[in-house]
Amino acid sequence: MSEEHVPTGGREGEHKQAGGGLGMLAAGFVVAIVVGWLLYPAIVMSSKPQPINFNHKAHGAEGAGLACDGCHTFREDGSFAGIPKLDNCIQCHESAQGESPDEAKLIEQYVTPNKEIPWLSYSYQPLCVFFSHAAHVKMAQLECTTCHEDMSKSSSSPPVKVYRISGYSKNTMSMEACEDCHAEKGTSNACFVCHK
Amino acid sequence: MSEHHEVASKEKYGMVIDLDKCTGCGACTVACLSENNHYVREDESDKLRSVAWMKVYKVTNGEPFPNTKVAFIPRPCMHCDHHTPCVSVCPVMATDYNPLTGIVSQIYTRCIGCRYCVGACPYHARYFNWWDPVWPEGMHKLLNPDMSPRMRGVVEKCSFCNHRLQKAKDKAYVEGRRDLRDGEYVTACAEDCPTKAITFGNMKDPESAVAKLIKSPGAFRLLEKLGTQPKVYYLSNESWIRALGDNALGRKRTARPA
Repeated sequence: MSEEHVPTGGREGEHKQAGGGLGMLAAGFVVAIVVGWLLYPAIVMSSKPQPINFNHKAHGAEGAGLACDGCHTFREDGSFAGIPKLDNCIQCHESAQGESPDEAKLIEQYVTPNKEIPWLSYSYQPLCVFFSHAAHVKMAQLECTTCHEDMSKSSSSPPVKVYRISGYSKNTMSMEACEDCHAEKGTSNACFVCHK
Repeated sequence: MSEHHEVASKEKYGMVIDLDKCTGCGACTVACLSENNHYVREDESDKLRSVAWMKVYKVTNGEPFPNTKVAFIPRPCMHCDHHTPCVSVCPVMATDYNPLTGIVSQIYTRCIGCRYCVGACPYHARYFNWWDPVWPEGMHKLLNPDMSPRMRGVVEKCSFCNHRLQKAKDKAYVEGRRDLRDGEYVTACAEDCPTKAITFGNMKDPESAVAKLIKSPGAFRLLEKLGTQPKVYYLSNESWIRALGDNALGRKRTARPA
C-alpha cells in the first residue's frame, strides 16, 4: 500500500495512477448502474406474472387480424370494458387452435371449468381518478398507442410491476402527463374533469 | 376568483328545490349517503358531527301554537357562481370552480385538512372528516365504484354527483354526441325524492326544467345578499320561508337540523 504513495516522478507512474483512477470510475459506474437499474427497482417494486402469457402479436394484425377494439370494447353505457372477459376468449378458443402451452393452460384451467382469468392491470388508476376512454378514443380520436405500449408487436406478457408502498403500477399515468396533454390541446384542466 | 367564468360553455348545472313539496322525509340525505360512499359511525346520535352533504333543516315561523308553521330546507352545496368563498380561501387548490359546468370540486387527495373552506362557506355545506371510514363487514360490496371514498383528515362536500355527469358524458360520446339531453344527468337526491321536490339540470338550456322553474315568482336563493350567486334555487309560495332564505332580521324564527 505504501508504495503507491511514494512519488515516482516518472511518466510511467503518472500513467499508472490515471489508469487506476479511470478503472475505479468505471467500476463505480457499473456498480451505480446495477444498483440503479436492477437492485433499486427490485426493492421498490414487486413483480407479478400474468396468469397466462398472452401473445398480442398472434392475435393482432400480424396474426389473427384483430384490432384493439376487437377485444377491448366499450359497453353500451359508455364505460370502457378494459380487460376482456373469458367469453371473448371462448369465441375462438373453445377447443385448442394450436399447440402452444399457454393455450393449453387457458383451456385446461379457465375455459373448461368456466373460470374468469385473473388478469392483472398494467395501467390501474387510483380511486380518485376518472379516466374516460370514450372522450379520448371516440371524441378526440386518439390512437390506443398514444398512451399504451404498442402491444401488437409483443409476443409475451411482461410481469406487472407494482410499487410496494403506493400500490400504483409502474405504468400508471401520472397526473402531470394528463395535464400537459390537456394544456397542449386546449382541453380543460379543471379538477373535476378527471377526478371523482 | 370568479370572473373566470364566462367561457364558451353550453352547460351550467343547477338545482331547484320546491320547499312546498318537501315533506322533510330525508330520502335525499339517504340517497346521497349511499351514492357517495359515506360511512356510518358507531354512534350517529350526535348530529353535529355527522357528515351529510345533503342536510335537511327544519324551520318554523316562530309563531305560538295554532299559527305555527313548519317547513324543511334541504341544503346541498350551493356551488356558488361568484366569488366562490371556499375556492377563494383554499391554500392548496384542492377545490376549484369548473367554468365548463359551474360545479365546484373537492379533491380529497389534494386537501390538507386546514378547514379554511369550512369556515369560509356561508352555507355550512362543508364537512371535516374526523375519522377513517369504516364499513361494517360485507358493506364494501355496496360501495359505489364511481365515487372515491374519503380518508380521515380531509374536507368533503356535495359534488352535484359529478361522477354521474362523467358517466352521462361517456354514454353520449359513445353515441356520437357532445351535448347531454335534459334528464340524462341528475343527482342522486333529485332522482330519489319521492315528492319530486328536487329538480336538477342545465340552467343554460332554456328548454330544461330547471331553467323554467328558476323563473317562477316564488324562486329565491339562500343568503342572496352575500352575492355568492348560488346555483341552488328554492321555490316557495310562503313569504315567511322566503324571508328566512335571506336570514332576514327582525323576525322570530328558529332553524335547527331536523
